[in-house]
Amino acid sequence: MNIEENFNSLEIDSTNYETRLTKKFLNRKPYEKSDPLKLIAFIPGAIKKLYVREGTIVNPGDQLLLLEAMKMENTVRSSVKGKIKKIFVKEGESVIKNQLLIELE
Amino acid sequence: MSLAQKIKELFTRKAKIQTGGGQKAIEKQASMGKLTARERIKTLLDPNSFHEYDLFVEHKCLDFDMDKKQLAADGVITGTGTIYGHPICIFAQDFTVAGGSLGIMHARKITKIMDHALKLGIPLIGINDSGGARIQEGVNSLAGYGEIFYRNTLASGVIPQLSVILGPCAGGAVYSPALTDFVFVVDKISKMFITGPEVIKTVLGEEISMEDLGGARVQTEISGNAHFFAQSELECFDQIKKLVTFIPWNNAQKAKSFPPKLPKEYFKIENIVPPQSSKPYDVRDIIKALFDDSDFFEIHERWASNIVIGFARLEGETIGIVANQPLVLAGVLDVDSSDKAARFIRFCDAFNIPLITLVDLPGYLPGVDQEHAGVIRHGAKLLYAYSEATVPKITVILRKAYGGGYIAMCSRHLGADFVFAWPTAEIAVMGPEGAANIIFRNEIMSASNPDEMRKIKVQEYTEKFANPYIAAANGHIDSVISPSETRDFLIHAIKISENKSETRAKKKHGIPPF
Repeated sequence: MNIEENFNSLEIDSTNYETRLTKKFLNRKPYEKSDPLKLIAFIPGAIKKLYVREGTIVNPGDQLLLLEAMKMENTVRSSVKGKIKKIFVKEGESVIKNQLLIELE
Repeated sequence: MSLAQKIKELFTRKAKIQTGGGQKAIEKQASMGKLTARERIKTLLDPNSFHEYDLFVEHKCLDFDMDKKQLAADGVITGTGTIYGHPICIFAQDFTVAGGSLGIMHARKITKIMDHALKLGIPLIGINDSGGARIQEGVNSLAGYGEIFYRNTLASGVIPQLSVILGPCAGGAVYSPALTDFVFVVDKISKMFITGPEVIKTVLGEEISMEDLGGARVQTEISGNAHFFAQSELECFDQIKKLVTFIPWNNAQKAKSFPPKLPKEYFKIENIVPPQSSKPYDVRDIIKALFDDSDFFEIHERWASNIVIGFARLEGETIGIVANQPLVLAGVLDVDSSDKAARFIRFCDAFNIPLITLVDLPGYLPGVDQEHAGVIRHGAKLLYAYSEATVPKITVILRKAYGGGYIAMCSRHLGADFVFAWPTAEIAVMGPEGAANIIFRNEIMSASNPDEMRKIKVQEYTEKFANPYIAAANGHIDSVISPSETRDFLIHAIKISENKSETRAKKKHGIPPF
């Protein structure tokens, strides 16, 4: 074949194949294990209310914040016992999906 | 009134309605680079073949002062005509009339022509250019959509249904095209989405243009909702006309035969596939070297291009082709490519189009994203579609056919009628590297030079197993053939399969993993 092209390499079962890669393939997001100490927005929306401050001690089930999205108010609760290390958002702020909101320790 | 006057009145009435939404609206349509609904039908169909029905239909809405408004033909033109002599039913929404909005009478005109198409056993073409539901008509407008979707589903697999998106097609309206067999879009003109940019902005705070959300490129490259991309409406009509020549009028017929033609690029066939299975080539070159006139009509060209699907002819008869594409992602199967091929196989099976499968793949694409996107469920569609198909199924293994990929690509085990393999074929449970690493793990690990030992073992495995002869010895393939005799083998296989019949257990319908 006479295609003058620098092909990429794709490994499948220990064999490296010379081939083109698609945009979708290149845009894959590497898998990240979710960290229970990092609270991220599960949906884009707006922070209606913060129930905690930096330094607050929380238990599993305690309210952390109110996230309004899709015209619904979602109360976000802590899944762990810990102390609020840092709050990255203010009340009224719009957030995008997967944005880091609160970090616990 | 005299007869002459009555006839004159008819023509006056007709002429008035045929101007659609009036000169201003027509000019606006033109300024967007769009033809009017009537121009579209005229351009697409054979000259003077269009016959219109329901021209005088009027809407019945009394609310919101709608009773004072007359909407020409209620915003949609319906009728019958021919394309290269093939009869078709057609409707075209007229954006110049109330934005092509769909009210109940508009929908009834569409469902009436759909019923005709189904009864007459001829293809249906729908040209969509509509702002959506006619809000003033409320729930009646929704009823109209539902009645169209219902008929799309009843007609599915009975008559070919083509959707042409030549303007906005938003909200519920997109589900009619989605239920049809082929969707055509035109750059900068077509826009399809369930929820538009404004709703997305209000609800989610994300800003996106109509074009980036659901334009022609997005629908043909990212979502795969549309099958054919064109730069202009005229190019789009040429694609539709070409498609019509490849497909039958209905599921009781076969596609029309054409005079046989030798491939133009036949002589090249020996030199296309590199013997080293890790090297790429364009499988479309093989298709062009095998089929009539080297004419390959590719479907879904821009989406999931690691698999190639489309129509070509062999000795004048329409064939559906499914081929792994080593040029892209080494030709792997993944979520999108399985979806793409499975749907096409079902179309071919429904409309009596024999299938030829060209195999060269390393297996399935590994990755968390693939597993989480449901590659098990989507991949199963391909197995289902091939196993379910009863049209003649012929498979040519060009080079590698490893593992689950070998099974999925219309192997003998999924009911292929004929399976041929080239001498370059490697039919094995996986590539030699991977297999040797597993089988000879102990020898490799305990060797004084593991890398050297690995090389030796890979070589050993390659020589013994990376060929077509073990599969041939087990009867899994019928013949090992050279590239240059492939066309003859295919022609013969298709010819002798002409009266193939397969009886299956009676059932209402299967339950494919959609």
